[in-house]
Amino acid sequence: MSNSDQTINDFVSDDYKYGFETEIESDQVPAGLDEGVIRTISAKKGEPEFLLEWRLKAYRHWLTMEEPEWANVHYAQPDFQKIIYYSSPKAKKNAPKSMDEVDPELIKTYNKLGIPLKEQEWLAGVAVDAVFDSVSVATTFKDKLAKLGIIFCSFSEAVREHPELVRKYVGTVVPHTDNYYAALNTAVFTDGSFVYIPKGVRCPMELSTYFRINARGTGQFERTLVIADEGAYVSYLEGCTAPQRDENQLHAAVVELIALDNAEIKYSTVQNWYPGDKEGRGGIFNFVTKRGKCAGRNSKISWTQVETGSAITWKYPGCILQGDNSVGEFYSVAVTNNAQQADTGTKMIHLGKNTRSTIVSKGISAGRGQNSYRGQVKVARGAENARNFSQCDSLLIGDKCGAHTFPYIEVDNPTARVEHEASTSKIGEDQIFYLNQRGMATQDAINMIVNGYCKEVFRQLPMEFAVEAQKLLGVSLDGSVG
Amino acid sequence: MMLEIKDLRASINGRQILKGINLTINDGEVHAIMGPNGSGKSTLSQVIAGHPAYEVEGGEVLFNGKNLLELAPEERAREGVFLAFQYPVEIPGVNNLYFLRAAFNEIRKHRGLPEMDAVEFLKMSKEKAKLLELDESFLKRSVNEGFSGGEKKRNEIFQMAVLEPRMAVLDETDSGLDIDALKVVAAGVNTLRRPDNATLVITHYQRLLDYIIPDFVHVLADGRIIKSGDKGLALELESRGYDWVLEEDKSLSRA
Amino acid sequence: MTTETQNPKTSGLEAYITAAEALEKSESHSPGWLRQIRSAGLAHFAQRGFPTIRHEEWRYTNVAPLAEMPVRFPTSGAEVEIPEGCSMAGLGAMELVFVDGFFAPSLSTLRSLPKGLTVEPLASALRNNAALLEKHLTRYAPIGENPFSALNNALFSDGCLVHASKGVTCEVPIHLLFLSGAQRDGLCTQPRVLVVAEENSRICVMETFAGVGEASVFNNALTEISVAEHARVEHIKLQLENFRTYHIALIEARLGRGAWLGQHSIALGSQLSRHNIHFSLDAERIDCLLNGLYLSKGTQLHDHHTLVDHRKPHCSSHEFYHGILTEKGRGVFNGKIFVRPDAQKTDAKQTNRALLLSKDASVDTKPQLEIFADDVKCTHGATIGEINKEALYYLRARGIGAPEARAMLTHAFATEIISRIKPDTIRDHVNALVHARISQPEFSHA
Repeated sequence: MSNSDQTINDFVSDDYKYGFETEIESDQVPAGLDEGVIRTISAKKGEPEFLLEWRLKAYRHWLTMEEPEWANVHYAQPDFQKIIYYSSPKAKKNAPKSMDEVDPELIKTYNKLGIPLKEQEWLAGVAVDAVFDSVSVATTFKDKLAKLGIIFCSFSEAVREHPELVRKYVGTVVPHTDNYYAALNTAVFTDGSFVYIPKGVRCPMELSTYFRINARGTGQFERTLVIADEGAYVSYLEGCTAPQRDENQLHAAVVELIALDNAEIKYSTVQNWYPGDKEGRGGIFNFVTKRGKCAGRNSKISWTQVETGSAITWKYPGCILQGDNSVGEFYSVAVTNNAQQADTGTKMIHLGKNTRSTIVSKGISAGRGQNSYRGQVKVARGAENARNFSQCDSLLIGDKCGAHTFPYIEVDNPTARVEHEASTSKIGEDQIFYLNQRGMATQDAINMIVNGYCKEVFRQLPMEFAVEAQKLLGVSLDGSVG
Repeated sequence: MMLEIKDLRASINGRQILKGINLTINDGEVHAIMGPNGSGKSTLSQVIAGHPAYEVEGGEVLFNGKNLLELAPEERAREGVFLAFQYPVEIPGVNNLYFLRAAFNEIRKHRGLPEMDAVEFLKMSKEKAKLLELDESFLKRSVNEGFSGGEKKRNEIFQMAVLEPRMAVLDETDSGLDIDALKVVAAGVNTLRRPDNATLVITHYQRLLDYIIPDFVHVLADGRIIKSGDKGLALELESRGYDWVLEEDKSLSRA
Repeated sequence: MTTETQNPKTSGLEAYITAAEALEKSESHSPGWLRQIRSAGLAHFAQRGFPTIRHEEWRYTNVAPLAEMPVRFPTSGAEVEIPEGCSMAGLGAMELVFVDGFFAPSLSTLRSLPKGLTVEPLASALRNNAALLEKHLTRYAPIGENPFSALNNALFSDGCLVHASKGVTCEVPIHLLFLSGAQRDGLCTQPRVLVVAEENSRICVMETFAGVGEASVFNNALTEISVAEHARVEHIKLQLENFRTYHIALIEARLGRGAWLGQHSIALGSQLSRHNIHFSLDAERIDCLLNGLYLSKGTQLHDHHTLVDHRKPHCSSHEFYHGILTEKGRGVFNGKIFVRPDAQKTDAKQTNRALLLSKDASVDTKPQLEIFADDVKCTHGATIGEINKEALYYLRARGIGAPEARAMLTHAFATEIISRIKPDTIRDHVNALVHARISQPEFSHA
């Protein structure tokens, strides 16, 4: 056992590698939240009246709501009056017109994170929108995409350049009344990414947003909207990091996806927000609402997430399967180590006929981490021949962590077939021994076993991300198993 | 003649699998259908038995002069069609013997014979089980539940022995069987051969045909029978593979 | 005739509180421990009231109609005969019959029992066996567990004590038959059962709930089961009340080292039934079975909430629940497996399946795992859907007609559960009742 204990310690003591802070001057509104702050944010962004009205409506609704307590996570409630709701790196001019105008400090930051913003340095053909604190600082490959009619820009820019599209779709999947954090986000969101793929267009490259929280005391409230028009296809990736701090910072994002007839959206996340230290000090509260609507026939939305960061994760990327024959998928790896807590899963709402959904959730708990899968599968009365298959596996590493499974299955149509399986296991000593005996070091054996355990999910990620996710998992689980 | 298939075309989920099958089987004959994977062998057996997922798009299947395609699966079974499934389904909670007696008596009723009582049926089943070297405990278990692959296949032939069909279709009965089990199964099939019944053996490999000697061998490819012969054809396929038949067929259709 | 307390029109909390306060006053002579149970129960119920669908534990089961129902509390049982299909006396069981919650000696069948086995109506046990009751009553179902158990604590008056001393083995099943004799709506009973199986003892206790009329009544049952070291208990709960009855039940069990408990819950009756079945595995090497079947037709709702709390290492639990639903029947299953940090080498398996036979039937399922130990084997599976089409085809391909094949598969689905019931006499009795129900036309259409 001593060998195993050693590896557990190694794992638990692994450090966060993205914890640096960028010295950069920023334009902030004072901490606190009232209608004045919301008006300020809206004015700073030069928003049309309808958006301000919507924000205020959301804010007034939010005031009537209570912070949800049903999730299996425990934390001190954030003081919403101490959060800075707008922080923007001070630009020398208004908005950078090209990459050359982006503050070199920012470019350095992203290079350090391994996210080069210079297009020529990015070989894999991934267009990136970089969001720093509250605002989008750079979007690459815009012109190339524009030739195909694809709009890929910051949310703010979309509001300025394509207000009709924003107005038509924003809030149609996640209404401002949806939940506590979605309401808050609607009131104060500052930026995010916007994607529109026109009819029949297959987006030729991966679109990616890289989120970075930098400034102290800020909250990040981004809003992402992805629309795939009839027959369109897009694969979208997001990654996240934050500096290492001993305070908790709030990240309350909203992501809405809309797939029309025959359209497909693949949305992948590698979430590596700062998780806090070993004692559970600091780290990001990641309270996110993500939902896609398969509005059209034969449409498909696929969520893949690798969640390794954050002190607390609270997110349930879901699919509303409205169009007949539409397909929803959810593939998830969630790791909780040290004092991390995650309550994550999905919602599959079957409304249309012959709709299908697949859920594969792989939870890994180590240290004192608490990992909960919470998922809802609902088959409405009209959803003839709906099919769902869910598989929720938990892997426990060490004896102080916990794994929890809370599926909600609601079936109102007899032609449905809903199957749910869950299992809990640990990495077997016999498995490690077998690999040891074949000459593998214990740590390599563990990585191999864990990666095998997560393979079904990693396979869903685009190649570059799969490699990154595997590395991230290796780092997170460095020396972890008994 | 017993079974007459004329220009049979069938599809599943909108994809055509059988593209015009013609096949005649007479009383007392054993026919073998061989062919590469995906050629439509299993589809043919399922269409004969009446699997609801397959759509018959055209053609005829006559069984002792009756139009089989108009009959429900159970009516076909009562007429004497038996399909030994490639993947027999597990039915937890349904007792093997109970199920089989219900089937047996349905078929008896259809033939105008009186039902057999439980005691007599048990006695008869035990005898048939011996034929397949099946342990009697098999009879008490749920249908196929927890059976190994080989046990499932033996259970299929055991059912065939009990139900005494006019026409048995064995769908890849040899797959998953070791050589000893294969011999037991083949011996079972051979014992049941009579001048007034017929057998259609569907297989990918020749080895089953060492034990169940066919009168005719047909090669199925891409939904059609492209070559027929005697048992020598099976041996030739075993040594030369399928490619030469496919080539031959291509040059024929070009000519 | 049934004598009843005053103001029968009162509905909601007040009626219960008034009845409990009246009982408290009339029992001023009773021992302190009992009065404490009563008052704590009353206080808890008065404070919490009936749950609403906003409580997570009740999100799928709305008891608002029950909460609003005007209720009255019997002080004695009506004169009735045992309805057909309820008695186990002819099958060799010792049978205690309770009518409207009160022991009815004239309907009961007593048998000679092994020395060391006590089977006594609770009302008389409160007089004769107070020390034993003081030691066990409410020890397994904590006083403030849920509003309905609090209500039972505040109001129970009769029921049964089953106590098996060390090493006692009893082959005779003990059957507790609770009958409702009410002719008018609103009768409310609080049956209370305490089963204590001391070390190495072996008993079988069956509870049946049924009635003679069509009146809408409310049975709020609470059963506590203690299974000591190496004792073995089979507990069967058969619920056959009329389709206007509300049946709420808590079965709370605590198991000792090496013990076995098989609990079988068969729900056929009532408009709404809710069973909370909680097992606390409080020592090592325990093995247990939770085995349940419900049939819902009309607008029936059957709800099972199970909790298996693995507290110590090397225990195994196996759980199987099947539901068959037709017409507008509804089913709810919430199964939680809890594995505490100490409970290494736990082997917990849960399977929950539901068969929907009509387009209006529905099922809500929440199988949950909460695992705090790493070296455990825990699985759960839930399947909801129509009759398996491949199995149907297989049977038809063997010559069995479609309606018969469908019936065969439906019966088999029930048989999987029933076949686990022990002893065989009870299994066959349950089997006959279940299969008669499934043979009704509403369970046979496609």
